[in-house]
Amino acid sequence: MSMILTIASREFRTLFLSPMAWTILAILQFILAFLFLTQVEAFTELQPKLATIEGAPGLTDIIVPPLFGNAGIILLLVTPLLTMRLICEERRNKTLALLLSAPVSNIDIILGKYLGILGLMLLIIGLITLMPLSLLSGAELDLGKLFANILGLLLLVTAFAAIGLFMSCIAGHPTVAAMGTFGALLLLWILDWSVGMNDHRSELFEYLSILRHFQNIQSGLISTVDVSYFVLFTAAFIALSIRRLDNDRLQK
Amino acid sequence: MTTLIEADHLTRYYGTHCAVNNVSFTLAKGEVLGFLGSNGAGKTTTMQMLCGNLAPSAGQITINGYDLLDQPKAAKLSLGYLPDTPPLYKELTVQEFLLYCAGLHGIAKNSVNAAIERAQERCGLTDVADRLIANLSKGFQQRVGIAQAILHNPEVIVLDEPTVGLDPIQIREIRDLIRELGQDHGVILSTHILTEVQESCTHVQIIDQGRLILNETIAGLNRQMDTGTLQVATRLAPDIDSLLTIPGVSSIESITANRIIIHHSVTANPAEQIAALIIASGSGLLELTPVKRSMEDIFISLTKEHRDL
Repeated sequence: MSMILTIASREFRTLFLSPMAWTILAILQFILAFLFLTQVEAFTELQPKLATIEGAPGLTDIIVPPLFGNAGIILLLVTPLLTMRLICEERRNKTLALLLSAPVSNIDIILGKYLGILGLMLLIIGLITLMPLSLLSGAELDLGKLFANILGLLLLVTAFAAIGLFMSCIAGHPTVAAMGTFGALLLLWILDWSVGMNDHRSELFEYLSILRHFQNIQSGLISTVDVSYFVLFTAAFIALSIRRLDNDRLQK
Repeated sequence: MTTLIEADHLTRYYGTHCAVNNVSFTLAKGEVLGFLGSNGAGKTTTMQMLCGNLAPSAGQITINGYDLLDQPKAAKLSLGYLPDTPPLYKELTVQEFLLYCAGLHGIAKNSVNAAIERAQERCGLTDVADRLIANLSKGFQQRVGIAQAILHNPEVIVLDEPTVGLDPIQIREIRDLIRELGQDHGVILSTHILTEVQESCTHVQIIDQGRLILNETIAGLNRQMDTGTLQVATRLAPDIDSLLTIPGVSSIESITANRIIIHHSVTANPAEQIAALIIASGSGLLELTPVKRSMEDIFISLTKEHRDL
């Protein structure tokens, strides 16, 4: 366990030694703050009309789900860039030998790397959450719904990072890993679109679609089906990554 | 003598190409084993297998009593490895990097600083401890690699071409370090520089095309280098007939009138009697040199012999 934390903390700190993490945090925060302010603006305009409607959506409904939904899309673009170097670059720089000859198992290596990158993701989610929380100073929020959105985004990025880690394990070059992750994530995201065509409804595609599960949780409906989808997804790709690293020793 | 490494019938295939073929050897505490071979002979593959970076296709490796396959963590605890490219995170400083390595090897918190200080001192890194590894010269990077391998004071130290890219002074320092490490550890080093083996090793192995073709102590190798030939130069022409009567001398060749080559049996060295006889006869001894085969000769003749088979 301490080995996992050693690897994770190095991974996390190394991210901040290059401009990469800082740039991504800054750009992400800027774009999302812009979107957040647009939503707040929209709400203040709509407020008089909403007051007359029975059971109208509240402040939380108008601001939080779009914010977290957009954050999900932006993270879909950003995660491949963050995860592409995890294993791939160690292999290219031949530093993997250091980990492989140290008394750590492949499970430690993969989990350490994964937790390291997840640390940055948590930081991003934390910064995003601060925005709606700032409204608490002058308004009331539906904290349950906010929590559901945080949980949804958290599950989403754990899945994103797991698939990114796996791609980094199999790719020979970071760019290829990034392309692979981006392609896989985008496919899973848009898989749901075919569901719109009523005659060709596929329950399998509907289940596989990452967007559908995310939206279910976002709406405040935290069901075992959706949560276990993300947990299974993440666990599967972490297990595959460990397998892939084991294979490195067997054949080259 | 405690056996630190036992490699038993190691074989490794890359596809259909056999890189290492049925190699067995042992390493005991206090030994420095030199692994010699030309490029692509299988040195690095063997080292990678010893350090758990590569699984052997067949065979077994035991390190400090632990099987590398069954108890990898326990086995790797007593292992320090410098691969052919030093595994360095260039964005860290030397101090940070060694701190990370200490964490990986599970060095107890209270002894980490002492261990790092000692490794830096031994490898001459104290002055550059706070510099980024990326900004260091290749020689210093190589030293950081060695520091990383000896940091946790492992029983077995495996160094893959440790002196590549170093200047002559650094090479000498590293050789001294290796000899020093050899006193209370087991060290394996691979190289294709023959004098390096002569200078810093106690044992030597030559590997060629994946097969072990020589496994000798340095003393044994020195015996092999002894060809039983003496070159003698004198001021006046020596009396060849009387020289032939000295026990052990088998034949004498004259190159010039004043320079002869004496062949003798390898077991008895008649150099002393020859010198005494020449001086007594008053022909004036100018030079008496044993003719030795160089490491290169042995290496080339052994590999050639092996390939002809």
